[in-house]
Amino acid sequence: LLRSSQPLTGPNRKRCREDERLLGEVLDEGHRGFVIDTRSAQAAKQARMIGGGTEPKSSYPQWRRLHRPLERGRPLQESFVKLVEACNDPSLSMDRWLSRLESCRWLSHVKAALSTACLAAQCMDREESSVLVHGAEGTDTTLLVTALVQVILDPSCRTLLGFQELLEREWIEAGHPFHLRCARSASPQARLKQEAPLFLLFLDCVWQLSRQFPFSLEFGEHLLLTLFDNAYASAYGTFLCNNEKERCLCKVKESTHSLWAWLNQPEEKKKYLNPLYSPNPLVIWPSVEPQSIQLWQGLFFRWICSSRYLDEAWAEIQQLVESN
Amino acid sequence: QVENVRLLDRLSSKKAALGTLYLTATHVIFVENGSETRKETWVLHSQISSIEKQATTASGCPLLIRCKNFQVIQLVIPQERDCHDIYISLIRLARPVKYEELYCFSFNPKLDKEEREQGWKLVDLNEEYNRMGIPNNYWQISDVNRDYGVCDSYPTEVYVPKSANAHIIVGSSKFRSRRRFPALSYYCKDNNASICRSSQPLSGFSARCLEDEQMLQAIRKANPGSDFLYVVDTRPKLNAMANRAAGKGYENEDNYSNIKFQFIGIENIHVMRNSLQKMLEVCELKSPSMSDFLWGLENSGWLKHIKAIMDAGIFIAKAVAKEGVSVLVHCSDGWDRTAQVCSLASLLLDPYYRTMKGFMVLIEKDWVSFGHKFNHRYGILDGDPKEISPVIDQFIECVWQLMEQFPCAFEFNERFLIHIQHHVYSCQFGNFLCNSQKERRELRIQERTYSLWAHLWKNRADYLNPLYRSDHSQSQGTLSLQIAPCNFLYKFWSGMYNRFEKGLHPRQSVTDYLMAVKEETQQLEEELEALGERLANLQKSQFNGNKVKSKQQDRSKQLGLTTSNNSIANTPQEYSNDLKSFPSRSPSQGDEEDSALILTQDNLKSSDLDLSANSDQESGVEDLSCRSPSGGGCLPSEDSGKDSDEAVFLA
Repeated sequence: LLRSSQPLTGPNRKRCREDERLLGEVLDEGHRGFVIDTRSAQAAKQARMIGGGTEPKSSYPQWRRLHRPLERGRPLQESFVKLVEACNDPSLSMDRWLSRLESCRWLSHVKAALSTACLAAQCMDREESSVLVHGAEGTDTTLLVTALVQVILDPSCRTLLGFQELLEREWIEAGHPFHLRCARSASPQARLKQEAPLFLLFLDCVWQLSRQFPFSLEFGEHLLLTLFDNAYASAYGTFLCNNEKERCLCKVKESTHSLWAWLNQPEEKKKYLNPLYSPNPLVIWPSVEPQSIQLWQGLFFRWICSSRYLDEAWAEIQQLVESN
Repeated sequence: QVENVRLLDRLSSKKAALGTLYLTATHVIFVENGSETRKETWVLHSQISSIEKQATTASGCPLLIRCKNFQVIQLVIPQERDCHDIYISLIRLARPVKYEELYCFSFNPKLDKEEREQGWKLVDLNEEYNRMGIPNNYWQISDVNRDYGVCDSYPTEVYVPKSANAHIIVGSSKFRSRRRFPALSYYCKDNNASICRSSQPLSGFSARCLEDEQMLQAIRKANPGSDFLYVVDTRPKLNAMANRAAGKGYENEDNYSNIKFQFIGIENIHVMRNSLQKMLEVCELKSPSMSDFLWGLENSGWLKHIKAIMDAGIFIAKAVAKEGVSVLVHCSDGWDRTAQVCSLASLLLDPYYRTMKGFMVLIEKDWVSFGHKFNHRYGILDGDPKEISPVIDQFIECVWQLMEQFPCAFEFNERFLIHIQHHVYSCQFGNFLCNSQKERRELRIQERTYSLWAHLWKNRADYLNPLYRSDHSQSQGTLSLQIAPCNFLYKFWSGMYNRFEKGLHPRQSVTDYLMAVKEETQQLEEELEALGERLANLQKSQFNGNKVKSKQQDRSKQLGLTTSNNSIANTPQEYSNDLKSFPSRSPSQGDEEDSALILTQDNLKSSDLDLSANSDQESGVEDLSCRSPSGGGCLPSEDSGKDSDEAVFLA
């Protein structure tokens, strides 16, 4: 599984031998690879007109390109804001709830993200082909897909430690601009240009997986909520800045504490573990039918409805497993 | 018997299963060809809701069977003539005219006469009213209806306020639609508040009836803790008002002393029938987008109706528990919405009804004994399609919604609910036949059929909720729910409406796993105890100088818990559906596990028919063995019903 940003093909269809060679080296003789472009074919074409573009078939003959447009940027942020508004609207009646939910389109984005990740995973697992994922910048939807693919395919990414390592690798080190993306959250007043909840979308997708495969993740919802919180505001330096370079310049490692170090302490760790966990070496293939994708109530209704009864249920589960 | 019939799977594009179709007096049976498996799909005729013959294609004549338990079976019959014969036969078989045609009269679980009788005695309503604390100073049993002379849709034994004598009861019954006079549904001994039920008064615009007014007064007086009585009409105000023109209507607060009248609008059976229909259409969409699904679901109005019923139940439970005020509930005839709302309120109030036995008692009390028209509502015998409506289905769904919000509060699990719903339509047991107690007694149901309750009770291990503890806080007292903003917590019940589409459900059943854990813990504890005793004995014997043999512990009883059964891989569904720009998917071509993900033009088949098999199609009914698991509570490590398919690429 590879990730990058878009090739700078441009309107004159420039070529780059080194880039072609690099991608050529990845594949074995006679094997095919897939490029999953997270922009629509239309958007990719438009990008080419202003200097970006896609990998032309003629220059990259072993690679087949698939377009799977995933929402990002402004529209994704709007979707998030609208959803939070809808959840917090006390006047909303059951008559209108579902259409309001639909008009936010958040669940459609979850479905699209999961579908794309599953497609990439299928290419690797079923077709045994390499996959290159990129959008425009390679810092948003690209990382969403590559991280999800690994949760789907790789059981070690489903362990508590493995998941943290995945986040470090695919989000933090890979340069997702947390500082820009996770600034004001769903506040309707702050309409910051670079704000977009890609990381939340990722966490939502992971939550869907945990619901569909209740035994397969070593961690539970509480971890996902904690990560969501810390991405926006944290006592720890893990999600600071936009990339490794900035973190170096700000001396983050020297002047702050790591979230992971705190989470992994034995007394803390307990809170994040899933009592039903049983290592599953297989690939987990989620259903992406609308009925299978649910609104993440633990997050979106967190401050609206008490989770007391569900928490009690989890305590029961914990109890049952422990007494065994 | 017809051979070479294909059974398709609606979702998966696997190859269709080829087999033989049998029609018996009670079932449609499809037996798959194939040496090892011979997988069978059984469908009771009673379960068939509709049959649709679709246009003949090159591969045969498609026949679509829709079931009342939401299973959808798609068959392709090679010859048009055979298809037509099957169609005509099924139409007749699915519309029995006599009760004797139903499966319950031929079903034979091989029990003797005494066991059959015992089965029917499992649920005893007299015991139930005793449990509530009746008879007492305020309530008594009345035999005024002993020959069904007062109301033929009521039971012979009704519970009424002490001060309501026969004269009052009879007088009141004449002033009520179908003579369904106010009678006790639930009594709360902690504060003497009660829930009573009836039908609408025949008040028209100005008619009055002294005995009916006395009846309500008697109910009010039976609760000394409150000086007024709520009268709840579960119909929308407009409907109730329209009824006045027909000489019926609702109670005028001016005529009845100390009542507070309240409308809680729940729509009528026709609206509900259409709502379900629309929702099922959404479920039948092929690869819907999130948009299609949510719009479709909202358009059906289904969850809105569920919420309306729930809100009514909450209102009544609150009136009884928090305000200590008695409530009289009615709708039009007092056998649909009234049943839903009274049983729901009772469930919220009294934790007994959240136990398995208690739930059976609840249904027996508010649905069976009070004359809910099972025959008409669930199309048991061929009748007026306008009488059909998913009334008890809605109640059962309300219970499921509650279970989702209060996971520790119910002794039984989702599977229990799904099986009950299944058997309302299956007619394998005699509990839900006919329209009233009177009719059932005339047909001697208890002598000629078996009781569902006994069957469920025998298999109760399958129906337990591992998170239930009778001493848990959630299983004490009233379940309190807010009416708003819990709008949003109502979920689509895919376990029921997509029950047979395995690919949609979480692959691993937490319920079954936890039950297994619980059982194993129990067994281990018992072993531990036994070992402890042996140790004590050993020590004693050693002390006495006797030789004792040591035995290897028999571990064969250990359950060997499997959560994810690692030897069964689950399979991916088709992930490339949503992009409309892609040309149509082609059917798979044989061995899907190895099939190429990429399709070239050469491989595309021209056939329109999506030939797919669902090797996970389970038998649709618990038959004589009565133990086949359903989608509601899957066995762990379920195989996905959908399989990988080809994706098509842009050049």
